[in-house]
Amino acid sequence: MSTTEISSNEQYNFDIVRRFSFMAVLWGLIGMSIGVWIASELAWPFMNFDIPYITFGRFRPAHTTTVIFGFGGSALFATSYYIVQRTCQTRLISDFMANFTFWGWTAAVALADITYMLGYTQSREYAEMEWPLDILVEVVWVAYMAVFIGTIMKRKQPHIYVANWFYLSFILATALLHTFNNLAVPISLFSMKSYSLFAGTQDAMTQWWYGHNAVGFFLTAAFLGMMYYFVPKQAGRPVYSYRLSIVHFWALSFLYMWVGAHHLHWTALPDWTSTLAATFSIMLLLPSWGGMINGIMTLSGAWDKLRTDPIMRFLIVALSFYGMSTFEGPLMALKDVNALSHYTDWTVGHVHSGALGWVAMVSFGSLYHMIPRVWNTKIWSEKLIGIHFWLATIGVLLYITAMWISGITQGLMWRAFDQYGNLQYSFVESVAAMHPLYAMRAIGGMFYVTGMLLMFINIVMTIRQGNKAPVAVPVMTVAHA
Amino acid sequence: MFKHEWLETNIGLLSVMTMIAISIGGLVEIAPLFFIKDTVEKVDGVRPYTPLELRGRDIYQREGCYLCHSQMIRPFRDEALRYGHYSLAAESQYDHPFQWGSKRTGPDLARVGKKYSNEWMTQHLVAPRSLVPESVMPNFPWLLTTQLDISDVEDRMKALRTTGVPYSLTKAEYDANVKKFGKETADMLDINKARQNLIKQAEEGNYDGDRSNISEMDALVAYLQVLGTMVDFSKYNDDEFVKYR
Repeated sequence: MSTTEISSNEQYNFDIVRRFSFMAVLWGLIGMSIGVWIASELAWPFMNFDIPYITFGRFRPAHTTTVIFGFGGSALFATSYYIVQRTCQTRLISDFMANFTFWGWTAAVALADITYMLGYTQSREYAEMEWPLDILVEVVWVAYMAVFIGTIMKRKQPHIYVANWFYLSFILATALLHTFNNLAVPISLFSMKSYSLFAGTQDAMTQWWYGHNAVGFFLTAAFLGMMYYFVPKQAGRPVYSYRLSIVHFWALSFLYMWVGAHHLHWTALPDWTSTLAATFSIMLLLPSWGGMINGIMTLSGAWDKLRTDPIMRFLIVALSFYGMSTFEGPLMALKDVNALSHYTDWTVGHVHSGALGWVAMVSFGSLYHMIPRVWNTKIWSEKLIGIHFWLATIGVLLYITAMWISGITQGLMWRAFDQYGNLQYSFVESVAAMHPLYAMRAIGGMFYVTGMLLMFINIVMTIRQGNKAPVAVPVMTVAHA
Repeated sequence: MFKHEWLETNIGLLSVMTMIAISIGGLVEIAPLFFIKDTVEKVDGVRPYTPLELRGRDIYQREGCYLCHSQMIRPFRDEALRYGHYSLAAESQYDHPFQWGSKRTGPDLARVGKKYSNEWMTQHLVAPRSLVPESVMPNFPWLLTTQLDISDVEDRMKALRTTGVPYSLTKAEYDANVKKFGKETADMLDINKARQNLIKQAEEGNYDGDRSNISEMDALVAYLQVLGTMVDFSKYNDDEFVKYR
């Protein structure tokens, strides 16, 4: 028993995986709680309490950053460090650099939240961090890239497992996006404030090239990497189609980078750019569904696990949401649909069906699978995972249903004409019509956060149990490509 | 004959191929926007922000206004009736960064300038529901009570000058601005006179209804009041800007 533990600790650096996975759960709880708070501010504006630091405009970037980079980012660091070591059968090349990525990343997210609340922001969605934090992230990212690629270089397997391709693509793309979207001129070396290097149309295009590929690589490609390891592991079956994984990997990496301009349909961006983006958005449906099919079909022959295994349920429902939102995305990228959906809550609902349904659920499943293994114990309560699953599912459904209704209602009210050809509604009438739906969205969020709280408790108890009395866990075999 | 196995067994090759695959889209869609001349329309009237408006814009960014208000009117009949002429690329050519937004929890602000009085704007920012009961906008009472920090306004203009905004530092730059924008505007864009220009505009404009000091509200209202007012669309034919799309 103890020999297994010692040898696996020597063979792999699990310390770094433990740190990042705990932070993922903690950031998730914090970030989603802020999400519920700001959703409540929209339903009940007194919740702003006239406190500058928590008004919607300053708190919303804290929500998105904590969830995307805190929760999602930490989950990706944790799983990528775990997967790259196991599939390459080798230890991370540098414990020091890995620890540096942990402290650097954690500090960046924490400082970002604090500085947003103090009013420092680049006002670029999902890239609000001001220039000193951008530099910190850049340095951390280079270290991450070095650790990840360096570890692959000294692998004991000739083949690089498919999950690692997706993580690699995510790491390279994020470096590219982060660098070019954050080009800015600080007003002085002693001030946090900077101005973007680009202006107007070019700036908008750069930002949404970044914005949509933060979704495409940070929130999709990387989580597909997670899926390619944990779904086969949890199902105990090999990946459905190796060929499909090759085709959809290259198609996804190539096509995603073209679609950002669909966030700028009907704006002052030239038509050629947005038309190109719409076209590629439609094509992107194919590789997206390729990934979904490959994941879900991996379970073929073991469907009964959906009844008995709550972790499997998280993973498969995540893939279903992935399939649904990657169908909805191309639909919304059509110019005619976008004319209705853009600027409305439909977009917000779409993002959350991807974020809560796909990204968070596949992370929950993976973390529930991985955390007991890296702490050399069993999960504290399997039953609580089951409850978490239902709270999360009900939460997402309430959320996106509310946003579909409010989004389409807004879109239709704004363009409604009366019999004399005048606008039928004033803007504020559409605001008033949103109230019950904003309340419903906040309640959906509360369900989701309650599930997250249960997960936090479950993980803390599992960690305590693991630290106290290690339980023998069978040594796993490496997932072969 | 190419084998995918080569990539699967060589991290260098895999990295290079991935890098190529992810670089093409951005190159094709972004780079030409800097070189195709028609991307930004030729139109009279658009000028950089005055020092006071610029500080107001900083506050607009700081408070995250862009998260609920767009500044980009689309070429639809309902938007024309509700907000006015669709937005031109030229109108945000000095916006570092752009503030087009992505969500309208509140209405578009691209042409909000001069549509409401300064008194209305100030009252609405302090307590939106006192004027629009159904509004879900937060109150921003601190804007009225916080003194505007003008200590680094020159640094801000210099940084923007580095990005290409024609704020003038030298005589030659000033003269070029006189030629391009006229003397009155060129004076406002002179970094050397930034502070006195800011104070003068705030005192003369009296945006927050209190002449005794310059508050953040003065700056924000000055900014909001200029939005969408720079181009005189009555000078152009209806189809003038279609060719640029």
